[in-house]
Amino acid sequence: MVELKPGAKFQSAVCTTQVIIVKGSGEVDLRCGGSPMIATGDSRIDGTPAGPNSDGTLLGKRYGNDDGSVEVLCTKAGEGSLSIADTPLEIVQTKALPASD
Amino acid sequence: MNILTLLEMAAEATPDRIAVGSSTEGITYAQLHGLALVAAGKFRRSEAERVVVCGESSPAVPVAIFGAAAAELPYVPLNYRLPDGELRKLARRCSPGVLIADEPTAPRLAEVPDMALMSYDSLLHPDPATDESPEAGPCDDPDPIAVLLFTSGTTGEPKSAILRHRHLSSYILGTVEFGAAKSDEATLVSVPPYHVAGVASMLSSIWSGRRIVQLASFEPDKWLDTVEQEGITHAMVVPTMLTRIVEALDRRGGEPNLSLRTLSYGGGRMPTAVIRRALELFPITAFVNAYGLTETSSTISLLGPDDHRLAQYSDNPEEQTRLTSAGRPLPGVEVEIRDRDGTASPPGVVGEIHVRGDQISGEYLEKGSLLSSDGWFPTRDNGYIDGAGYLYVLGRNDDVIVRGGENISPGEIEDVLLSDDRVRDAAAFGVPSTEWGECVAAAIVPTGVPPGPAELRELVKARLRTSRVPTHVVFVDELPYNDTGKLVRRHLRTRFADLGDDTD
Repeated sequence: MVELKPGAKFQSAVCTTQVIIVKGSGEVDLRCGGSPMIATGDSRIDGTPAGPNSDGTLLGKRYGNDDGSVEVLCTKAGEGSLSIADTPLEIVQTKALPASD
Repeated sequence: MNILTLLEMAAEATPDRIAVGSSTEGITYAQLHGLALVAAGKFRRSEAERVVVCGESSPAVPVAIFGAAAAELPYVPLNYRLPDGELRKLARRCSPGVLIADEPTAPRLAEVPDMALMSYDSLLHPDPATDESPEAGPCDDPDPIAVLLFTSGTTGEPKSAILRHRHLSSYILGTVEFGAAKSDEATLVSVPPYHVAGVASMLSSIWSGRRIVQLASFEPDKWLDTVEQEGITHAMVVPTMLTRIVEALDRRGGEPNLSLRTLSYGGGRMPTAVIRRALELFPITAFVNAYGLTETSSTISLLGPDDHRLAQYSDNPEEQTRLTSAGRPLPGVEVEIRDRDGTASPPGVVGEIHVRGDQISGEYLEKGSLLSSDGWFPTRDNGYIDGAGYLYVLGRNDDVIVRGGENISPGEIEDVLLSDDRVRDAAAFGVPSTEWGECVAAAIVPTGVPPGPAELRELVKARLRTSRVPTHVVFVDELPYNDTGKLVRRHLRTRFADLGDDTD
């Protein structure tokens, strides 16, 4: 479990993924590659993302849960995929808008 | 999220791409990021509380914006076109701070106490001996103030609108795809650094990976030449600039421009003849009309390219009228029209525009937050939403003409007047009347031979109610705009206050 608040940064314990919290608060079981995410700067544990948790993350994409209460921005890509407990986070699509400024 | 993250990620994804400047001599993303961190170190050591920028557009401006973000200090751009006295007064309100000024501006602000003066050059070419690159701080907190913008202040002293990191980052994340710009894309920024669009264009260009080219001061021929020489693909202008660009292109023989991919405009009312001619002169360009305010982190609503082309070729009056619309709200922004009691108005009914969303600040240093308990911001702009969800902005609340108890928005009258090709620009405003309290006056800038006042009255009468027909029609050489391109109708009210009741 990690304590979410906007601006907080976390890294995957098992791959190179890093995220910054855009939306969300309180204790959440945020995982990457199937393992709980850790504070940036903490050392990684042994292990690799496997099975359903190895779809990977993409730099600059936002990932969120179904009800929109949690949203994270991927600031470093990796091989693991993001989930809250076992429920995968999905890419939040930025609606393609023409440049306005 | 701190807006520095936008640059940090762009610098990691495309370190060698040019971020600001010409394609041969510009600053790369990695360099811009490095310069911002060095600047942040300087700002911290100076014990400044604000990072003030005063001068023309320059690559030093994004260095200051992101340097301020890295130092977690507010970036405060000042309008260098203000007279000395007013400029000094604003600068004094920012102390203690660092003042980053261009050469012509620096001496004008030399006497302001507790301001450490830095040149543009010292930010762009730091001294390796003294300006070590500090470690970046944590910059985790999305709540500090990122930008303070002095609003033009129609009454009293200018107020400082607050944009926090979370407002700006949710605007960017919600509207711009990371790294989506193709490697040849370049945007031409003509708005000055103290305009909210000047700030927003830096952030959205950096996040999308688009090269920024700055025009220090707008001049239509220079704009056209830069578009050609720099391979500009994107540009943003205010309506008065587009009027002058169209005139300059026509002077050059009216050859269509095929290189510009997107042209966005906003910040005021666009004469129909100008936008129609622009659509012809830029036949394959995607036009975007954006509506937004300083307090809303720039754009909240936009009319897209398809609606522009549909209006250009349509015979359907409703589709043609869309050219005067601000389009539909951005995803993540809610818009509601409310009457004076605060009740939501149905489609087609004019009222005050209220907006809500994560990018909306609605907060000032001097008077706190104007957001309601459930997050709505009253824009003080009047408008309506049509049956298809398109927003029409009719002007400031303060500019509403109250004639015999009836509220008349100047915008609806101006739209009709501006639909006449002989009208280059038009403003409607109220003047004192003994019979009605106020009556409608129209100031017209003619294209060539002015149309007769009677003809213009007929035009308004045919399209709107009789109460909207201008009692007075005056012809002027130009209309009063402030330097962010906003029409200042109160100057006309003052100038023509003595017109009286009689039709001229």
